[in-house]
Amino acid sequence: MVPRFMPVLDVWDDTDDTFTVELDPGPAGFSFRPGQFNMLYVFGLGEVPISISGDPATSGRLLHTIRGVGPVTSAMRDLAKGDLVGVRGPFGVPWPVGLASSRDVVFVAGGIGLAPLRPALYHVLNHREEYERVSLLYGVRSPHDLLFEDEVTEWRGRFDMAVRVTVDTADRKWRGSVGVVTKLIPRAPFDPHNAVAFICGPEIMMQFAAEELAKSGVRAGRIHLSMERNMKCGIGLCGHCQFGKDFICKDGPVFTYEALHSRLDVREV
Amino acid sequence: MSTTAVVERENFEELFEALRARGYESVGPTVRDSTIVYDHIETVADLPVGWTDIQEAGTYRLVRRKDEALFGYVIGPHSFKKYLFPPRHTLFTLEKTSEGVKLVDAGDPVPQYAFIGMRPCELAAMSIQDRVFGEGPFFDTEYLRRRQQVFVVAVNCVETGGTCFCTSMGTGPKALEGFDLSVTELLGDAGHRFLIEAGSPLGEEVLADLPHRAAESGEVADAERLLEQAEGAMGRSLDTGGIKELLVGNPEHPRWERVGEQCLTCTNCTMVCPTCFCATVEDTQSLDGATAERVRRWDSCFTTEFSYIHGGSLRPSAAARYRQWMTHKLASWIDQFGTSGCVGCGRCITWCPVGIDITKIAAAIRASEEKKHALA
Ligand SMILES: Cc1cc2nc3c(=O)[nH]c(=O)nc-3n(C[C@H](O)[C@H](O)[C@H](O)COP(=O)(O)OP(=O)(O)OC[C@H]3O[C@@H](n4cnc5c(N)ncnc54)[C@H](O)[C@@H]3O)c2cc1C
Ligand code: SF4
Ligand code: SF4
Ligand code: FES
Repeated sequence: MVPRFMPVLDVWDDTDDTFTVELDPGPAGFSFRPGQFNMLYVFGLGEVPISISGDPATSGRLLHTIRGVGPVTSAMRDLAKGDLVGVRGPFGVPWPVGLASSRDVVFVAGGIGLAPLRPALYHVLNHREEYERVSLLYGVRSPHDLLFEDEVTEWRGRFDMAVRVTVDTADRKWRGSVGVVTKLIPRAPFDPHNAVAFICGPEIMMQFAAEELAKSGVRAGRIHLSMERNMKCGIGLCGHCQFGKDFICKDGPVFTYEALHSRLDVREV
Repeated sequence: MSTTAVVERENFEELFEALRARGYESVGPTVRDSTIVYDHIETVADLPVGWTDIQEAGTYRLVRRKDEALFGYVIGPHSFKKYLFPPRHTLFTLEKTSEGVKLVDAGDPVPQYAFIGMRPCELAAMSIQDRVFGEGPFFDTEYLRRRQQVFVVAVNCVETGGTCFCTSMGTGPKALEGFDLSVTELLGDAGHRFLIEAGSPLGEEVLADLPHRAAESGEVADAERLLEQAEGAMGRSLDTGGIKELLVGNPEHPRWERVGEQCLTCTNCTMVCPTCFCATVEDTQSLDGATAERVRRWDSCFTTEFSYIHGGSLRPSAAARYRQWMTHKLASWIDQFGTSGCVGCGRCITWCPVGIDITKIAAAIRASEEKKHALA
């Protein structure tokens, strides 16, 4: 349960409240699968679960994209090159990108939910020929909150991928859609009978998106979402992350909608 | 394994000697603050000799017995869990050096404990925690380190408590496995004696050190009869038939709301439970920032912080927290670890300040379910 320490290579802001920390895992690199997370530890302050947001194909730099919300995540914003961060992981069940091959792939992201999805997006784009149509439906509160803006713009320019972005509240410059991300689902290019969906964002958004996809005909077993719960250990021992019978840390965080939907309907599980 | 031996009361002391000689620190029941707790014990005199406990929902009282029984009570608020999974302990200490961060070797050897007077329900609780911490894919090395060297002296329950229901949970009143020695205390006209069975080679070795003789068939039959009586004399019972489906299928049952109105969310039930394994960590650093420490301490699903994620607690209501606790104990535990998370020790009933009773809540939910079926 002792973390491994890795030096910070760089820290940069993605939006007003979100930043990316790049760590040097050393010569051995750090292999992980898309959707897995690490427990990141700030010396003496605390340890929190953070998804890996980089490309699984480049194991030499380890990226985490973090929103500063409390003591530990805010302290991470103040990290500087050379500082040491404790890392335990990678933990958790990944996005089943293999299951999606030869199918249409639909990514649905809400806010910072794009970060845990990005490794899966990279994987799919790195192996583009293995997949049918690929789409990214991305919803954020306002245009300021757009994460990985340059990359999203680049993906938009690709002919082999459909990217739709929507905001809850637009400003005067905004030319895209306004409204919740679920509204993008009916017009997204996928065949519901041959599609796999990966959803990440606030729980309520994931629930609505999963419902909408299921309504459109995607099988509940092919809709995947990544759950978030309080975590103290990341390895199934502290009990904090329980959601009914599942430990989100080791049985998840990625689950099928089929496995979760009856629990998502109950309050305060 | 071996045949049953009889050790007379005056020779029972030698058990402590035999364990000490092998490097064991004996821990077990002793009286403190009018309660039977588990602590370090040196001799028979440290045991609650001649005491018994009267337990009911929200009530615990020690009273004198008419005899000088050594084990004439059931269980108090402590469980042996505290020795294997300490309520608070340091996981690691780190130090910043010019080369980076280095682990300060704690080097604390773990005590080699002998658990004296471990009741069958507690033995069952320990085997449940063995699964929780030792089944993988990740292991709790702290727990396993301590657990590996434990010597168990189990004591069968010839008398039961007012809140006990081990018979329902299949964990007692007789210890069937997992002990080094198992003891049944016999009192009465034929004299104060202990029927002892060894459950391991080490147990046989220790038993060989005590002056003993082979048990007579009448003595074995007496013990069996007492244990059978105890089986039928449990203060509580719980119908476990289809319990998982019953609870998982009733998350919106009105009874949760009602119990939520009574529950003080004091966490007592989780603190006394011998199987609860939840913990949190506290990270701190020295004032100069040179060293940091992580301490792990018991936690409870009855606090709001337990399920806190940015924005608030996911289980703000007492009803939801009670439901989490009971559904975990009796239902989801089965999915997670292939066993119930409740051994029927009754502690959560006794130590609940408002006397909430897990067996009654389960029965109430079952009753309305049955009524529903009857009407359908
Ligand atoms: C599997 C998983 C992946 C995550 N990935 C990311 C990510 O990629 N980027 C990101 O910014 N955030 C992510 N989070 C959320 C992140 O862990 C929390 O924002 C963080 O724990 C907040 O800690 P804090 O001390 O800064 O703030 P506080 O809100 O003050 O947190 C106090 C404590 O509560 C707990 N806690 C609070 N919020 C959460 C939460 N949302 N999830 C789990 N525990 C929480 C933690 O134990 C924390 O130490 C993820 C959470 C999980 C479970
Ligand atoms: S009942 Fe609560 S405290 Fe006990 S193990 Fe389950 S979740 Fe943890
Ligand atoms: S839930 Fe209650 S009766 Fe069951 S093992 Fe825990 S404390 Fe004992
Ligand atoms: S985070 Fe500790 S059990 Fe899942």
